[in-house]
Formats: sequence, structure tokens, C-alpha cells
Amino acid sequence: MNWEVVIGLEAHVQLSTASKIFSGSPTLFGSAPNTQANAVDMALPGSLPVLNRGAVERAIQFGLAIGADVSPRSIFARKNYFYPDLPKNYQISQFEIPVVLGGSLSFSVDGQPTTINLTRAHLEEDAGKSLHDNFPGPHGEASTGIDLNRSGTPLLEIVSEPEMRSAAQAVAYARALHNLVVWLGICDGNMQEGSFRIDANVSVRPLGQKEFGTRTETKNVNSFRFLERAILFEVQRQIEVIEDGGKVIQETRLYDSDRDETRSMRSKEDAHDYRYFPDPDLPPLIISPEWVAEVQANMPELPQQLSERFAQTYGLTEVDTLQICHNRETAAYFEVVVSKLPTNQGKLAANWLNGEVLAALNRDNLDIDVCPVKAEQLAALLNRIVDNTLSNKIAREVFAAMWVGESGGEPDSIIEAKGLKQINDSGAIDTMVDGVLAAHPAIVEEYRAGKQKAFNSLVGQVMKVAQGKANPQQVNEALKRRLDC
Amino acid sequence: MTQILNDFPNIASLRSALDSRKISSVELTQTLLNEIAAQTKLNAFVDINTELSLAQAKSADEMIASGSATALTGIPIAHKDIFVTQGWHTTAGSNILKGYKSPFDAHVVEQLLQVGTVSLGKLNCDEFAMGSGNEHSAFGPAHNPWHPKVVPGGSSGGSAAAVAAGLVMAATGTDTGGSVRQPASLCGVSGIKPTYGTVSRFGMIAYASSLDQAGPIARSAHDLMLMLDSMSNFDSRDATSIQTCRGVANQHGRVKQDFTEHDQRFQNLGAKPFAGLRIGVPEEYFGPGLDNGVAKAVEAAIAQFEALGAQRVSISLPHTRLSIPAYYVIAPAEASSNLARYDAIRYGHRTEQYTDLTDMTARSRSEGFGAEVQRRIMVGTYVLSHGYYDAYYLQAQRIRRLIAEDYQAVLGPQCDVILGPVNPTVAPPMGKTDQSPTAEWLADIYTLSLNLAGLPGMSIPCGFAPGFDGSSLPVGLQLIGNYFEEGQLLALAHHFQNTTDWHAQRPKHSEKGAV
Repeated sequence: MNWEVVIGLEAHVQLSTASKIFSGSPTLFGSAPNTQANAVDMALPGSLPVLNRGAVERAIQFGLAIGADVSPRSIFARKNYFYPDLPKNYQISQFEIPVVLGGSLSFSVDGQPTTINLTRAHLEEDAGKSLHDNFPGPHGEASTGIDLNRSGTPLLEIVSEPEMRSAAQAVAYARALHNLVVWLGICDGNMQEGSFRIDANVSVRPLGQKEFGTRTETKNVNSFRFLERAILFEVQRQIEVIEDGGKVIQETRLYDSDRDETRSMRSKEDAHDYRYFPDPDLPPLIISPEWVAEVQANMPELPQQLSERFAQTYGLTEVDTLQICHNRETAAYFEVVVSKLPTNQGKLAANWLNGEVLAALNRDNLDIDVCPVKAEQLAALLNRIVDNTLSNKIAREVFAAMWVGESGGEPDSIIEAKGLKQINDSGAIDTMVDGVLAAHPAIVEEYRAGKQKAFNSLVGQVMKVAQGKANPQQVNEALKRRLDC
Repeated sequence: MTQILNDFPNIASLRSALDSRKISSVELTQTLLNEIAAQTKLNAFVDINTELSLAQAKSADEMIASGSATALTGIPIAHKDIFVTQGWHTTAGSNILKGYKSPFDAHVVEQLLQVGTVSLGKLNCDEFAMGSGNEHSAFGPAHNPWHPKVVPGGSSGGSAAAVAAGLVMAATGTDTGGSVRQPASLCGVSGIKPTYGTVSRFGMIAYASSLDQAGPIARSAHDLMLMLDSMSNFDSRDATSIQTCRGVANQHGRVKQDFTEHDQRFQNLGAKPFAGLRIGVPEEYFGPGLDNGVAKAVEAAIAQFEALGAQRVSISLPHTRLSIPAYYVIAPAEASSNLARYDAIRYGHRTEQYTDLTDMTARSRSEGFGAEVQRRIMVGTYVLSHGYYDAYYLQAQRIRRLIAEDYQAVLGPQCDVILGPVNPTVAPPMGKTDQSPTAEWLADIYTLSLNLAGLPGMSIPCGFAPGFDGSSLPVGLQLIGNYFEEGQLLALAHHFQNTTDWHAQRPKHSEKGAV
């Protein structure tokens, strides 16, 4: 039988506010346990939550970026369940009326443009962490430690419609979402630190069937690779269960990256009754059109808009803009480079950025914001290509020297120091050409006999004499002049 | 033992004595701490910190000496054990918080300290403010100074008892379903629950967050005004705290100014200060279940209002009956969630023997919470459960809106203030509540709807009626106003108290009152 895979993703995006969503304590990662948890985060008697407007603004930004409705009035609700690292034993979340409704995300999968609709996005607080490291308890017994530093960290839970049909599509969606929230600056995107977490709802159904199959929810996926592995495993598992005559059970499963498998965490039968109800400590969240407009005015240009502008202004292809607009830093780098080049040289900048620069960054495992070659320096280098001081080939040599910081990374100094300036003097080139023609009569013969390849060989000989520095176009022309007369 | 506060009828007279150095705050505080120590059988106080009280008194004396005293500087007060305090233990009357000390002070505690009041300690109350007799306290019941065998009311029973016994001039209380007004009524003192949101709930241990509101208990309406004016202001630490009350900033001075304006208006009217005032008397508040003696005293008070020029109007609050089921769904629902934090993990009572985490939390809660608290947690958990939420919680919220609409249909269109009883009876004998918990709930009929609507209301003494054994016990008159009309209510009560002396009656046998 042919099976169709149905996937919906829930992302927990940690918002980049300096303080927590309902308290003033900092959200820094990696502090000593319980050093950034105050009375609210520890749920001390008499403490009350007060909403951080910065978290709301980030949610509004996200809503605007995906073309969603920003609810003028949304409600915070209490999700009640006992867990030792959830200090109030309820989580403040949004249930019936979330802050963001609908919207969609567009991206491409293997060059194929795809749009996935979103159900909603809601604000909530994170829990603390249980540290199962056998801390010595009050009587020396092995105990679990609780770290409440993360308690109250703002999260935006982003829920997609179950519209994805393959693991590859799901990963592409997750990457696009990750890219967007980082682009907007509402999340640092650090998956190792848990700033961006994905739960995958997966089901399978016979191809052509309308009804959804029973789904499972897989948690604990902290990289895109694991997301793909977890979905592939889960799809295969579900198909095998059904084909063996069994039934998929609705349950929460945990992805174990060491074993590359998912395993049951809890089934629907022992699912919590969360007893949601509106939090009486927090009035309804009212978002006025003026507030939305204010947030909108301070939003960065979105990748889609920027891609279109770059394509139009500089005549770039979609492949070019996709890479340049991968993140805000790359796009900003590109903008600085082109601003220092003649207006018709956008393509040159794109080729160099997407080629030489990204390759070097990848090789050295660096982000563009710490790129050893600054945008201004790259522009200076490219200007030497534009004014024919350098050939592309020699320019790459100069770039390599810039990368390692020779002569302060300044291209002109490197060109000077290494004597790499292109030879554009036609007299000098003619002399070299004449010398090569005289030294290689056999090749000249071959060319005259109609062998085009012989021409390239002669070019190579001239360049060898010129140590690669001769202007290639002038070499071509000089050779042709001599041979074709 | 002579009681020093009997020499001072009100806060103002005590302030003059302090200002003229007839007595220092330190002397007064030491004397009162001695009296409290001698009156332990009243069981009004649950924690004392002599050093801290004396330090506060010393500061008060310094404020007076330096000329920076306020209307409350040096005035001895005490706080209901629901308000968290750094200097005293805070337990909410519960074993689950036995020995707990807060790292911060409640907003109300802070505000009253700033104006120079001297706190003598923490006051007994029903556990987590759940109860109407102060019998559901881990510290045992507080007693009513008027009679050794009747309850002081609750949940702010210790607050009302301490004021009635003359151990403090005023006390803080909290009112979720009548917990300020009802004990004030049963102990023959005055109490006010202001409009929801005017006094910050920061540092007030939550019972039912959408209903909880702090209010003072004192000897007179004027004393209440001074207290409430210092308690009420906007606080950014409570998201439900109100910034402006009908265009007037919620800050210190608001209540006082409103009170003064009304007081001035009444004074200008001479012998008939209430001329033109329409008092609404809800028929539903005088139905079956209201004790005869209480009805008589309340009727006499209404007649006194008429004698002062007010016009009596019969009104109807048709959904009054439904306030009991609505309240006993909403309040437990919120409580079940608010009290979930007491899980024995971070603070509070932890059981000795347990097998695992769930067992530890379950055992600790079973040991730490009393029967009434457990009852309400169970009711609240039930009404929020899947499949019952719509039928109970949502339905109760609908009733809550209807009740609020009842008041808006009459307050303004038909009357300016509503008068009625606070409690169906005078203080009942102790030891009855455990026999029928729901009977205790039914007695809240006249007080609950106010909390559901968020309106201000107060209780002032208006006479006496025979108790269970025929002895005379205080009766309270309830005054209900529209939102933010605390000032008008207090001015009305003040003028009533100018022409009556019910509020000046002191229990004759406070010594005997202790069993």
C-alpha cells in the first residue's frame, strides 16, 4: 500500500527579552542554579505575575511577519498540572484566545516553492529544570535538584496546520521558521541551549484517504537533523504497526538521539486534565491598532521583501538572493559591499559573497558577523577587479591573503606587497605574446590547422610568462591579432 | 487589667496624646504587647516580634519629634496572617506554611509602615481565609471578646477580635466573600471592603484572586477612612491594580478627599444631613433565614438614616440567591489552582516519611491543609475538570455577570446606597461549623454578591440582638455603594456614627471573654 505522511509541527521559541515574561529576573543562559529566580519565579506566597510588554511586542512582530491576525484581545489561562520544576504547579499560557491567529510561512524545498499555513501562536512561560544528577538530599540520600533559572522564560509556541507531507518538508519548514524568528531578532535561535524546540505531530494514512490517521507527538528534538530522523523513524514505525494489523496509539513519544528511535512517554489515557481557566491575576491582553503600528514601524525588512528588492535593484537570481537573505547579517554585509561598488556590479558582489566568502566561512566554521574580511575590505578588492587591476584569479589569491590578515587585510597593500597588479600595458603584453609565439611554432601550426584548443594552450603559455598577472582579455586580443592576420 | 486603648475613643484622640507627648509610641507599644501577652486566651495574635514592634514605635516617635508625623503615625495596628511580612512569620493560618518567613513585605504592610503605624504582630484567621468563624485555623479558634462561647466571625476573626478587645486601634483584613465585613459585624466593630483593584494584592496570600480584596477593620468609619486612604493606591506589582478610579488617580488622598467632600455636603445640610439621599433596601436581604433580632436592629438603623433625611426605596436584587452557588464554584476553582504551589518542594511543611515525589506532595498536603481547605480544593478541582467546566465554572461566571448587573440596575437609577444586614444572625456558638460545612456557607448570603460584583461595602455596628444563650451580641449594618464610592460610604457611616453610639460600645467582659 502507498502511505501518505501527515506532519504538523509545534515550535517553542524562546523570546529574546532581557527579563522574564512575568517577572523582572534576567533570562541569561548558564548562570549558577537558582541565581536568576525571584519570588515570582519561585512562586513564593503573595507573589504575582506582571506581563512583560517586550514579550508581547515580539509576538506581534511574529504575527505581522507571517501575515497573521494579531488578536486585539487575548486571554492568559492557567494550565494546571503538578510537576516539581513548575513552581506554581500551573503554567501561565494562552488557551482559547491566543495572541496570534493564522498566517503562513513560505519557503522552498529542493527549489520547489512551498507555503504552510499556521494555526496559531501563543505566549507562555517556560518551566524550570529538574537535574537528575543525584544531588545529596537533606539526609545524604540521592535527590533530584531543581533549577528555577529558566522558570518564567518567555516562550512563543507556534503551531502549524498538519500540512506537511514529508520529513524533508517538515525540516524545511522548521528551518524557515528558525530563520524567520532569528531574522526578526525575537529569538537567538540557539538550539543547543533550547531556545528553539520542536515537537512533531506525525500520522500516516493510505494515499487518497481523507481522514487523518491517529497521530503521535514526538518531543525532545533539538536539531534539524534529529527532527528528520525522528519523523522518518516514526513514519516507518507507524506503517509497520498498521501493516502488522495493529493500531497506532495516540501518545507522546520521546526521541532518543543515541538510539535514533522514538519511544513512548505517556499515552492519551494518562494524559493530564489541565483544567484550563482564565488567570484571574492577569487582565485580558489588549493590543491596540496603535501598538501594532508602532511595532510594525520598528520591524526589520523581511527576507522576502529584501530578496525582491535585491533581485530588482541588482539583477540577481533567486539562487543569489536566497543565500544573501539567509540571515540579516549576510544581507547587511551584502548591502555594505554593493554600496561601495559601481551600481552595475551587484552581481559581482553576489558571486563573491555566495562563492568565496561563504565557502571560507564554512571552511573555518565562522559566522558572517565575525568574518575576517570586512565588507568594506571585500568591496575594495572587488573594485580592483572592476578597474582591471586584478584578474578574478589573482583576486582570489589576494582574498586568501586578506582572510589570514596579511597587510592588515587591506587589498591594495597586499597587491603592492606581492606585486600582483595586473599587467595592462599592451606593449608589455605584445612582447610576451611575441616571445611565446616564437618559442612554440608547433602549437601555432596546430592552431593554424584549425585546432581551437591550441589557442588556449598559447594563452596559458603567455600567462605563465606573466606569472598570471597579464590582463587575460588583452592577452586574448593580442594573440588573435597576431595569429589571425 | 486596665486597657490603655479604652482611654482613646478613636485614632485622632490617640494621635493628639502622642503629639502632646502624653504618651510615647514606645510606651504605648510596650503596654499593648504586655496586654496581648496577658490576653493569650483570646487567641487573636499568632505571631509577635517585640523587638521589631518597639523599633517601629521608636521610628514613629522620631517622626513625631521631627514633625513629619501623619494621621497614623504611632497608631498600633496588626496584620491578618494573610499578608506576608519579613519581620513576622506568615502562615495564612495553615500548618502547610508553619514557620514560613517571607523575604518581602506585602504592599499593604509597606504602605502602613511608611505612614508610621506600629505593627504589633500577626492576627489569627481561617486557614487561607476560608471560613466564616475563624474555627478553621491551624492555631485554633480566635475568640469573640463579647462572649466566651461564640465565634468572632471569619475569616478575619483575629483582626475583628483584636480591635474589639482594644488590643489595637485598627487591623488589616481581607475580604473574599465577606471576610472583613462579617467578623466586623459579629465583633461590633467597623470594617470596609473597597472596590476590587483599589488596594494592591501584592503580598496578600491568594485564596480566590478575582475576589480577594484587602480592607481595614477599626472602631469607627473615620478611623477606617484614615486606614483605607493609606492602603489604597496603584501598584505596578499587581496587574489587577487600578490606576484611575473614574478619572481620579488611585493614590493616597483619593479616599480622604472623596470622604471630605461628602462629609462637607452632609454637614451643610444641618439636622437632615442625608436629605435627598435614596437608600435602597433589597427585599431579598430580609427574607426567611434572617434572625428576628438582627432584622430589628437593621430596621432601626435604616429608620435612623430616614430620621437623618434619607428616603427609603424598596429595591430588588433578584440573583442574590444564586450568589452562593456561583461563589462556591468560582472561589474554590481559583483556590484549587492558587494553593497548588504548596507542594512541599521549595518551602512549607514536608512530611517525614514518603516513598516518592507524588507521595511526598500528597502526604504533605494532606497533613498541612485543614479539612475546609481540602474540601474547597476538591470542589474547585472538580468544577474545572474536563466535562464539568461548562456546567459549573462557565455557568457560575454567567451568574456573576447577572449579579453585577443587578446592582447596576439599582445603584444610580433607583438609589444612592444599599443598606441591609451583614450576617443572618449574631455570632453563632463555637463548634458548629464542623457539623455542617455547607450551613456555614449559606450564612454568607448577604456578603458574597458584593465580591462577585467587585463593589465596595462596609459593616458598622447598629445594635444588639440576643445570641444562642440569650446574651446580647452585636449586629452589623451593611452599606453597599457603587464602584469607587468608598468615600461616600465612609461619610454616610461617619454621620450615622455621629448620631449613634453603637460603635462606641466596648465588650464589658473582655477579660472573661477569654475562656
